Amino acid sequence: MKRISVTVNGVRHEADVEPRTLLVHFIREQLELTGTNVGCDTSSCGACTILMNGQSAKSCTVLAVQADGAEVTTVEGLASNGDWHPVQKAFHEQHGLQCGFCTPGMMMAAVGYLDENPSPTEDEVRLALEGNLCRCTGYHNIVKAVLAAADDMGS
Amino acid sequence: MATAEKYVGGGVPRKEDPKLITGQGQFLEGLTLPGMLHAALLRSPHGSARITSVDVSAAAAAEGVVAAYSGADLADEWAAGLPMAWPVTDDIRIPDHWPVAQDVARYVGDAVAVVVATSRNAALDAAELVEVDYDVLDAVVDVEAAVADGAPRVHESFDDNKSYTWALTNGEVDEAFAKADVVVKERYTQPRLIPNAMEPRAVVAQPVPSTGDFTVWSTTQIPHVAKVLFALTLGIPESQIRVIAPSDVGGGFGSKLNVYAEEALCIALARRLGKPVKWVAGRSEGYLATIHGRDQVQEIEIAATSDGDILGYRVHILAAMGAYLQLVAPGVPLLGAFLYCGCYGGEAYHFECTGVFTNTTPTDAYRGAGRPEATYAIERAIDSLAREVGVDPAEIRRRNFLPAGDMVQSPGGLAFDSADYEPALDRALELLDYDGFRSDQAERREGGGSRQIGVGFSSYVEICGLAPSQVLASLKYAAGGWDAATVRMLPTGKAEVVTGSSPHGQGHVTSWSQIAADALGIPYEDVTVLHGDTHVAPHGMNTYGSRSLAVAGVAVHNACDRVVDKARGLAAHLLEVAPEDLEYEAGTFSVKGVPDRTKSMPELAFAAWTAHSLPEDSEPGLEASCVYDPPNFTFPFGTHVAVVEVDTETGAVDLVRYIAVDDCGPVINPVIVDGQVHGGVAQGIAAALYEEATYAEDGTLETSSMVNYLVPSAAEFPSFETDRTVTPSTSNPMGVKGIGEAGTIGSAPAVINAIVDALSHLGVTDVPMPASPERVWRAIQSAQGGEA
Repeated sequence: MKRISVTVNGVRHEADVEPRTLLVHFIREQLELTGTNVGCDTSSCGACTILMNGQSAKSCTVLAVQADGAEVTTVEGLASNGDWHPVQKAFHEQHGLQCGFCTPGMMMAAVGYLDENPSPTEDEVRLALEGNLCRCTGYHNIVKAVLAAADDMGS
Repeated sequence: MATAEKYVGGGVPRKEDPKLITGQGQFLEGLTLPGMLHAALLRSPHGSARITSVDVSAAAAAEGVVAAYSGADLADEWAAGLPMAWPVTDDIRIPDHWPVAQDVARYVGDAVAVVVATSRNAALDAAELVEVDYDVLDAVVDVEAAVADGAPRVHESFDDNKSYTWALTNGEVDEAFAKADVVVKERYTQPRLIPNAMEPRAVVAQPVPSTGDFTVWSTTQIPHVAKVLFALTLGIPESQIRVIAPSDVGGGFGSKLNVYAEEALCIALARRLGKPVKWVAGRSEGYLATIHGRDQVQEIEIAATSDGDILGYRVHILAAMGAYLQLVAPGVPLLGAFLYCGCYGGEAYHFECTGVFTNTTPTDAYRGAGRPEATYAIERAIDSLAREVGVDPAEIRRRNFLPAGDMVQSPGGLAFDSADYEPALDRALELLDYDGFRSDQAERREGGGSRQIGVGFSSYVEICGLAPSQVLASLKYAAGGWDAATVRMLPTGKAEVVTGSSPHGQGHVTSWSQIAADALGIPYEDVTVLHGDTHVAPHGMNTYGSRSLAVAGVAVHNACDRVVDKARGLAAHLLEVAPEDLEYEAGTFSVKGVPDRTKSMPELAFAAWTAHSLPEDSEPGLEASCVYDPPNFTFPFGTHVAVVEVDTETGAVDLVRYIAVDDCGPVINPVIVDGQVHGGVAQGIAAALYEEATYAEDGTLETSSMVNYLVPSAAEFPSFETDRTVTPSTSNPMGVKGIGEAGTIGSAPAVINAIVDALSHLGVTDVPMPASPERVWRAIQSAQGGEA
């Protein structure tokens, strides 16, 4: 066991973790934040995407011990004071989700990307979300939602 | 019933979303129960192997392990094998299918042992300690190889690998072919596909040992059907099983329309150990243990006049069943059988399908189930006919469309409701600017560059609703085609809608709320939709085959009508008038000619609850139920158009435009309908361009994870252009048809036809799916007489 200290959604957690524990399992099982989903076992699907120190990361590719000292934001930390983040609003308004399983990771990837590129083109959004798979929407409304969120955040 | 349509037809944002976008989705992997144990399965690494011994002792002794069992250890748990509910012929061969193999493992992934431990990791680690001795046998993975003489047999107890042969003949087929000027004959392969619902499957079974009751949570599309089949498989009285599909199930596409080994196994283990048992699939494990789709070889012949008027059709199919028969697998090709004549006329049709065992993961219904295959064959073959007779591909479709009308007889054998195929084609051509496209194409060809463009059409009609029960009986489907709803006004004026369909992304909560809010005249926000729990919604036939709106949604609509009827009697009683003296609009009854004498639905709900003053023949409460069994299927249709740019030097295909004009009748929520089209189209495009599950000869699944099975991302798609025509179905009072699968059914042939069109000047007439750059390049080389 190794002792780590991670700040998740603004709350600092001290915890003992097995060295092999993935960050996503630490988040889901030890912190009981089950909004971050696990959709594959090959780091392909991006359902587990979170922000680590402001950058999007697939939390299945990070060991919990690597997050020692980091600031992590999960989907549960996206809204502030009960107000949805513009990306959350846009996913709702543009029907950017159907079953909702990929949605937390997809939104976190979008938030991370819009931080880097606040006014992307459609093609740029499509490329930026390449690491996040959705099987329901054909991505059409996801892309629309990210573009709408960019507009909203820029205005 | 007078209804002001305030919500129906509007793009109301979904009620499902708030929890899903804030991380509060209730997916099954997050469920933990006190004392819960975790199961992990050891699966056969061989395509075909006799199990000579299974030693679980080391696994059983491992830390955290509670129990470990072989298939033989569990043999007495089963009252019956895993169920198959669609024995399509009287002489179909149905093999025993045990949740854990007992003597022979017949595909890579067939379970051979199970370990139960206090944590998932402990169970997974210990499963590796199970020692199995195998006598490896020859495997057969290819559907044509499996029917060849001397092929290894998947099931020794059968003479060969054929499960069944089902045939259908309408009209004088030989005569039609004899008088034809032209016969085109094509052969197509439908690649094996992995459905890839984003949420992997999971199950939790919780026993109450003192009573023998079980609660089973499963990531299923079919909680009600599963309840019946769990009872039969496990020998547990149905009344003692409660099945819950969690309020959030992460996609299905048919892959959760089944009764799986792991579900039966968790119940059996919970019964044996007296504790809750959970199993969650890893993605790669799911690739082995969750049904695949398609995997057919098709031969289609079309007989026509020299003008391209179709006279007849002949179709022969080999359909891979995999190693066992899953829930409805034998019937999947039959869902296509009636659609190989597409939306076209003709005099005669012969169809024959043989279901074939192979040493592969079982196949079953994957989005569209039989209908994408049929549509692909006819929509590709009609392009071949167009080339053969020198008619434009849009024109040959128009020329052969069945006449517009209701209950139009197809040579395929069914009569299609709401047929009106030309307007959808016209609209698609208009959106495309067909003439403009052809002149751009000619310019490119003249330019002679390596990037050539092509357009492909697909005019489809499909069967959905999966009803009525009597027709399903004639096809030997072992379940009904009805669905159920209860609509209940609560004393505070809110309403509960209890539905028998079980959503997993389709937005039923939203759409059913729209229907009920309009019918009952209450705010959309005041409707709650309950689903997926057999204790809450005791009756249902569940969600598959694009049936939810056309069957379960209509049940909601009818139940609302009945609530309004009952409310009318109560309103008349309270207002001291005859029921026929009342007008009803938007939730308010008013006395004709005296518009200020009214009773609103919430007032009536409260009065029905207090029951202080009711009509003589009336009982307290204001609720009604409907079990709706439609008189016919519904037949959505449309025309899809793909525009591609193909690099003739590399074979790379860029999908430039995708236009979908669909007709699913009146629309409850256009935003949701568009979303269904987008997702369906994407899965069809994925099949056309990217996805294919392949096996090595020994039965190893080569595309064993998301790393080597290419599920496309946003970067692989353009935005889609969607439009609709609206031709109401006459099969139900709402006029609605399904839309869940239409996109997948229409899209793959449009894309391949577009690629062939782009390369037609080079002599290319066919490119197999998925049209990888290599395949496209080889098709070009082969057409040019070069090395391919």
